[in-house]
Amino acid sequence: MRKANVLPGLRLGLGYTLTYLSILVLIPIAALILKSASVSPEQFWQIATGTRAMASYRVTFGASLIAASINAVFGLIVAWVLVRYTFPGKRLIDALVDLPFALPTAVAGITLATLYSGNGWIGQFLEPLGLKVAFTPLGIVVALTFITLPFVVRTLQPVIEDIEPEAEDAAASLGASRWQTWMRVIFPTIFPALLTGFTLGLSRAIGEFGSVIFIAGNMPLISEITPLLIISKLEQYDLPGATVLAVVMLIVSFVLLLTINILQWWTAQRQSGDGGASEPMPAPVVQAA
Amino acid sequence: MIEGRARSEPRAVRIALTSIALAFLFFFLILPLAAVFVEALRAGIAAYAGALTEPETLHAIGLTLLIAAIALPFNILFGVAAAWAIAKFEFRGKSLLITLIDLPFAVSPVVAGLLFILLFGAQGYFGHWLQAHDVKIVFAIPGMVLATLFVTVPFVARELIPLMQEQGRDEEEAAISLGASGWQMFMRVTVPNIKWSLLYGVILANARAMGEFGAVSVVSGHIRGETNTLPLHVEIFYNEYNMVGAFAAASVLALLALVTLAAKSVVEWRMRVETEMLSAGLSPEKGS
Repeated sequence: MRKANVLPGLRLGLGYTLTYLSILVLIPIAALILKSASVSPEQFWQIATGTRAMASYRVTFGASLIAASINAVFGLIVAWVLVRYTFPGKRLIDALVDLPFALPTAVAGITLATLYSGNGWIGQFLEPLGLKVAFTPLGIVVALTFITLPFVVRTLQPVIEDIEPEAEDAAASLGASRWQTWMRVIFPTIFPALLTGFTLGLSRAIGEFGSVIFIAGNMPLISEITPLLIISKLEQYDLPGATVLAVVMLIVSFVLLLTINILQWWTAQRQSGDGGASEPMPAPVVQAA
Repeated sequence: MIEGRARSEPRAVRIALTSIALAFLFFFLILPLAAVFVEALRAGIAAYAGALTEPETLHAIGLTLLIAAIALPFNILFGVAAAWAIAKFEFRGKSLLITLIDLPFAVSPVVAGLLFILLFGAQGYFGHWLQAHDVKIVFAIPGMVLATLFVTVPFVARELIPLMQEQGRDEEEAAISLGASGWQMFMRVTVPNIKWSLLYGVILANARAMGEFGAVSVVSGHIRGETNTLPLHVEIFYNEYNMVGAFAAASVLALLALVTLAAKSVVEWRMRVETEMLSAGLSPEKGS
């Protein structure tokens, strides 16, 4: 079964990989954890649950959850429309979906802040309605929605493309309405990918800094995100404080990364499982035809 | 006939969904993109050109290019080496290694910057030694390169690993058994097989390297005319209410983003063409 591998370069490749990752990722993260161990557990807890820190978690996680949810809904619609329908300019729109990945975050930040400020293109229509977006927590949601826009779309597109038409035909020929087919056949198939895209977006949003600080207003307790609190602690030479908050964020990153890995495994299972499950299904189609 | 109808939504639903999708993308993508250029040109072409040719702006552009030029070769070497080891060999701890490569995507850029302050800053682990030997890493270009290397770790490796896994070892093994040296095999077999994906990864890594804000901001020290990359320069101008300068610098970065998207589309198209040619010419079934 396993034949001897004659290819060269394992030691060179793996050696370079491990050295590179050690210098850039492992040693720095070990240093962070070591530094955070220099404060006592009580102090650690006190810093991590301080009033300003707790408020910053609420702002960061709250806005990230809302932005990821907005993108779950609209990303699903965009992905569906881009895969299933045709309209003029579709190729261009499809390419443009990746803009938030390619546009530097600082550019996104100052542009969105300008658009949504009181005399901006969008803000001038929202402010008379009593909706202040720029320099409020709502602005953070707008920035994070922009930044995480591609995740759900790009995770869903290949999965929607791979949906086997037989399953939809079978459901329809068995008398299901389009809505029933959608909810019972299509949605369960794409759900793991939707959840993966949502979690990827969430993970990105929680760490985001550049786009947010320009539009947030950055008021402590109200619109201050955790990464900004880390920086302000750093600027006050409060290295232990910055380190503790960074460890909290790192733990959240680890948990989300683990969740993403499990979800991707589930998506792969679901897709390969579908191949098997759809085998008995074409039979009714053949009979109906 | 039943199938054709059953596989799509009613016309009214299709139109509604398309309109919702396009409206969402209009407000969140197209309007911001247009606003960058409109704001940059608000005070006229002369002011725009003036802002772009200011010595500090030119210095920021130069520094951005320099950092990307230093960081990308390291990143490419790492991506190819990691993908080679992971895709072509079996060893224990492989999935852990892949997770480790993904980690920089999950870490906040601010935390990434802080990591290097903790190592090389004045109060950091190597701070004393560096000061004693008069080596500056943090608040200087080496630190900014390190931060850039950290945030770009996954790009090239992420593109190459699945592709090289799918391609398998057969072609390289044939080259070796026919007497090719390791280098010949790599240059004549592996590189032609991965060149488009490699380029794809490099395009994405370059966009991130030139556009990175958070991580570079933390380690830069914000020394005007010295450690300001173009994204940091945008912030300085913006905070000084110099909107024309801020958006002029931003428009250069937005242009870079558009070039990135265009290059990405071209490479995606090339990859599709080659996969289609391969699957048409070599094997009728798609292995998955």
